[in-house]
Amino acid sequence: MQAFTYANPKTLKEALASLAGSWDEAAVLAGGTDLLSLMKQDVYAPKKVVNIKGLKELKGMERTGDGGFRIGAAVTIDELMKNRLLGEEFPALRAAAQGITSPQMRNMGTVGGDLCQRPRCWYYRNGFGLLATGTDGKSLVPSGENEFHAILGHGNKAFFVSASSFGPALVAYGAKLKIASASGVREVNAEDFFRVPASATEREVDLKPNEILTEIVLPVSRGSQSATYEVRQKEAFDWPLVTASVMVKLSGGNVSEARIALGHVAPTPWRSKEAEQAITGKAITEASVESAATAAVAAASPLSQNAYKVQLAKVALKRALLAAKG
Amino acid sequence: MAEYAWPKMSERSLIGKRISRLDGAQKAGGRAKYGSDQNPQRLLYAAILTSPHARAKLTSIDLSAAKSSPGVTAVIAVEEVGKEVQWEGTILAAVAAETELQARDAVRKIRVEYQVLPHVVKDDDVAKAGNNAKPAGEQVQGDPDAAKSSAAFTSQGFYGLPVLTHCCLEPHGQTVQWSGNEITVWSSTQAVSNYAGDLGAQLEVPATSIKVHQDHIGGGFGSKFQSDQWGAFCARLSKESGGRPVKFFHDRNIELMIAGNRPSHYAKVTVGADASGKITLWESESWSSGGIGGGNIPPIPYVFTKIPNQRKNHNAISTNNGGQRAWRAPNHPQASYLTCCAMDDLAAKMGKDPLELFLTNCELTTREDAYRRQLNKAAKHIDWTSKWKGRGKSRQGYLAKGLGIGVNTWGGAGHESTATARIHPDGTVEIECGTQDLGTGTRTIMTQVAADTLGLPMEGIRLKIGDNAYPASGGSGGSTTVGGVSSSTRIAATDALNLLFEKVAPSLDNAAPGDLEAKNGRVYVKGNPSKGMSWAEACKKLGVAPIEVQGRNNPRNPRGLNTGGVAGVQMAEVTVDMETGVVVLDKIVAVQDIGLVVNPKTAESQVYGAMIMNVCGSLYEERVVDQITGRMLNADMEFYKLAGAPDIGEMICELEVDEENDSRGIIGLGEPPTVGGLAAIGNAVANAIGVRVPMVPLTPRRVLDALNGRNS
Amino acid sequence: MSSPKETGKHPGAEAGVSRRGFLEVTGVGGAVVGTVVLDQPAQAQGAGARALGPGAVPITLNVNGKALKATVEPRMTLLDTLRGPLDHTGAKRVCDRGTCGACTVMMDGKSVYACTILAIDAQGTKIETVEGLTADLKNDVLINAFVEHDAEQCGYCTPGFMVAAKALLKENPRPTFAEVEAGLSGNLCRCGTYVGLRKAVLEAAQKGRA
Repeated sequence: MQAFTYANPKTLKEALASLAGSWDEAAVLAGGTDLLSLMKQDVYAPKKVVNIKGLKELKGMERTGDGGFRIGAAVTIDELMKNRLLGEEFPALRAAAQGITSPQMRNMGTVGGDLCQRPRCWYYRNGFGLLATGTDGKSLVPSGENEFHAILGHGNKAFFVSASSFGPALVAYGAKLKIASASGVREVNAEDFFRVPASATEREVDLKPNEILTEIVLPVSRGSQSATYEVRQKEAFDWPLVTASVMVKLSGGNVSEARIALGHVAPTPWRSKEAEQAITGKAITEASVESAATAAVAAASPLSQNAYKVQLAKVALKRALLAAKG
Repeated sequence: MAEYAWPKMSERSLIGKRISRLDGAQKAGGRAKYGSDQNPQRLLYAAILTSPHARAKLTSIDLSAAKSSPGVTAVIAVEEVGKEVQWEGTILAAVAAETELQARDAVRKIRVEYQVLPHVVKDDDVAKAGNNAKPAGEQVQGDPDAAKSSAAFTSQGFYGLPVLTHCCLEPHGQTVQWSGNEITVWSSTQAVSNYAGDLGAQLEVPATSIKVHQDHIGGGFGSKFQSDQWGAFCARLSKESGGRPVKFFHDRNIELMIAGNRPSHYAKVTVGADASGKITLWESESWSSGGIGGGNIPPIPYVFTKIPNQRKNHNAISTNNGGQRAWRAPNHPQASYLTCCAMDDLAAKMGKDPLELFLTNCELTTREDAYRRQLNKAAKHIDWTSKWKGRGKSRQGYLAKGLGIGVNTWGGAGHESTATARIHPDGTVEIECGTQDLGTGTRTIMTQVAADTLGLPMEGIRLKIGDNAYPASGGSGGSTTVGGVSSSTRIAATDALNLLFEKVAPSLDNAAPGDLEAKNGRVYVKGNPSKGMSWAEACKKLGVAPIEVQGRNNPRNPRGLNTGGVAGVQMAEVTVDMETGVVVLDKIVAVQDIGLVVNPKTAESQVYGAMIMNVCGSLYEERVVDQITGRMLNADMEFYKLAGAPDIGEMICELEVDEENDSRGIIGLGEPPTVGGLAAIGNAVANAIGVRVPMVPLTPRRVLDALNGRNS
Repeated sequence: MSSPKETGKHPGAEAGVSRRGFLEVTGVGGAVVGTVVLDQPAQAQGAGARALGPGAVPITLNVNGKALKATVEPRMTLLDTLRGPLDHTGAKRVCDRGTCGACTVMMDGKSVYACTILAIDAQGTKIETVEGLTADLKNDVLINAFVEHDAEQCGYCTPGFMVAAKALLKENPRPTFAEVEAGLSGNLCRCGTYVGLRKAVLEAAQKGRA
């Protein structure tokens, strides 16, 4: 880890003023579980670290005026998991939190940190850059060790998978994220927050170096049913291989609206409109979830070692849909 | 006179009892000090520069910027220009500084230039190894060709186990002070008594100038027998820093890359049997790699060594990876897996219950009765007869259940060991021995042996180990420690007690010293406790001088106190999610042959720990290296996966403690239960899903690929 | 030779890493390679918060109820500060990446990985290490259960498990077997002591206040 200066602002305004125009100048520190690892690995060496854990603007969970829910970005995973109301109304989010099976990680990690964490791609973590570039300028992933890499949306370029646990559920719920900068607050759909970088210097989220993700706003969940299903190999702390989060509204036994997102299959949480279309208008049955799952992975282009993830994606989606049905 | 022979089972006060480990509270409460916990006055920290290339020639190295970096006290080139680096993580230079962060900053300033050379880091395909494969020469026994043509059944299969890393939780390293002519080391070693000689040879310093101390060690598993190059450069850094102590322990990534691994083993195996299921043929083409030095020939066929017709070919594959080190039962877990999986596949081919096939072939082992007995016992523990169904026939919904078998064998006789027993006139007793407690319970069992021998409670013994000032004792490897140190302790304590009897006897109506015994804190005439005195009174008869005797376990003449040679069987039950390929271990059973058990509690812990290591090896852990970059990609504990508390299922351990086994004397237990579990779990998965998953770990990827006919 | 008795004092305190001392040497480092950035004067960035470092700064940590002082760089982790300058070596450095749990301590009553927290950032919180949480080593219910069920071998992971178990029982004094397993899911052991660990934590819970 390289030396840096440390700032501990007391207000959001002060925090924003402490940031800079480039990622190399200043980094935001919340739970630290990802940032410190990246810095120890010398993958990232910001000159300044700005602690935002203490900012009251980033704390708290409460119902919003319209019956939705607001989650401060600095709320810990543990706090989210134990919020009874949130758990009842947004079970897909609670399940995602429960999937982070390390109590220590849940105590330290924040919701905002989960969304902004960098990929776990082992080429990236070993210093080959976000796009895992070899000496020939091409990605090392397709002919390398890619069993945990993307099967969808990689565009033959960005093969890492988004590591976010909450991303798929937030996409499924149609959540919005609030992002503050010195010039004001902007709002972005969870789905649009995640992006595929065109170069290794870009981030995989829609966040500028001088911005802070402050809160997550969930729309009203009444009338919807939702679930997350994760495929993890270990029960003790382990990264999921594939996850699926679904939100459906049923009308007369048939799906009237569906939002479906897969996790750990693409550089972003992967919204599958194909699967949504396939299940809409149908009752949730073994047959309909099978066709939705098939639609979800129709465009998959697996790599040399990860064809198995196509099946995992299908299975996770089917099980999530059946769980949402209840 | 007191005898060396172990007291009868019924006459033991402490030996054979479930005594809790003596240092348990110290360790659990974080008070136990390891080499990495030492903070001597004026401590410096070291950091290292390592090669990011798997193979490269070092063309220049410039240490000047590091030398002038803040806080730096010394910088050493570990490798010279011109050196051809043979694996990633090769240490090139080392720095000592006031703080660890400053040492790391200085390392970043070292400028190195390489001429990068082609490398080979993969070992899973012998056909791709080219000149890196060295054939060991064909071994033939009987007439394998005739056996093949006459076999009623033959089964062919491919089985493989990747390289694992020891991943000791306390990394390799030490705290060292080289001040004047004296070197003091707070080590993390499995061989306290051997360390000074090894380090002295590296530094060209007499072993007598080196003091080694170690109260605790955070894991070794076979990888911590040497003082290593880091022992030497750390000492040199201390000397160059004016004799200030220097601490160096590896970062996790380098620890996994260079500080020890278990070699891979792969084999294509053909086994043949007659119509009754008796195995008549073994043919194998195996290969293995533990780094640049290639890999060992696995002892296959394992346990079933008397298969009459055999043809074996082996290739050692040299790769540009950190080198192998001994790992609990070197080559046995792999050999057991290769053999027992091949037998299980043969049973499947024959449509036979593998338990029957294993029972039928016990006559091909050297411990026929033991294996037959253990197979039946383990089967009972896991309810084999009522649960076992043919391959792929225990499926309910998307879950499938399966059962599997693995076997083991090991030596485990005691190593060379000396111990001193000293009885003071005030009745206090010291036992000194240059051994080490790896967490196996050495401290506890030595105290049990000494106290039982002297008729004292555990508190009556002050045990001193972990220092090379004490009598030399062997390194802790190969399950040799418990036999060695128990025997040397027993002999020393017995001899000391006999000297005490000589001093005491005149006070007891001139009884013959040989008529005395020491029990329950008293010394008295055998069979007549009232004719005697308390231990304290007895020791007063010594006057002013203590009794001091040294006992030695001579492995060539262990006097019946220890021996080697055990058999064991493990059986596993798994549930496999057929849709996700996730394997859950429901239950694993070990039935283990053993000799005299000094402490069943710590012995069982060895067995449980070994089985858990097999859960890791069969389901989770493997070294992942990238052929293009030559890098180890999972040199961490996130993707180098180990089982956690919820991942191990139910565990049952039956140690075969009985009069007959007990009469063999002590036999070590660290290695044998590490063998057999891999095969048991691998076979259980094959039984559950209906097809063989050739390679461990049995990840969802490998399971689904096997089910879908993909090659992973 | 006996085991070293020196505790408490750490070289950091006397080895020229006081704030003044550090600033004197940074000039040299900065001139060589740009790995260190000179200290920013307070309020250098207008409304931004004052930035401390990058040189060593004095900090105060509340450890086991005592205010302990150290002078460390902002990049120094809580774990390295505890183990080095503060000589609390119960928490161990194993993975150093927030995965294995050997460094677990309690912060404001919650279990956390000390390897992945900056010491400077831990100021103002209540830190409890294994030493503090098991102050009465002889009469500690969990310690006794660990010993009774041989929930340890080499012992290097054990203090981390101890703190994880304390945190679990604090929050859930009567856990089920599955809850015990879940409570220990952020810790790893290489010797394989989970059989004893699970039993020990369950038994301590049954015996009451751990």
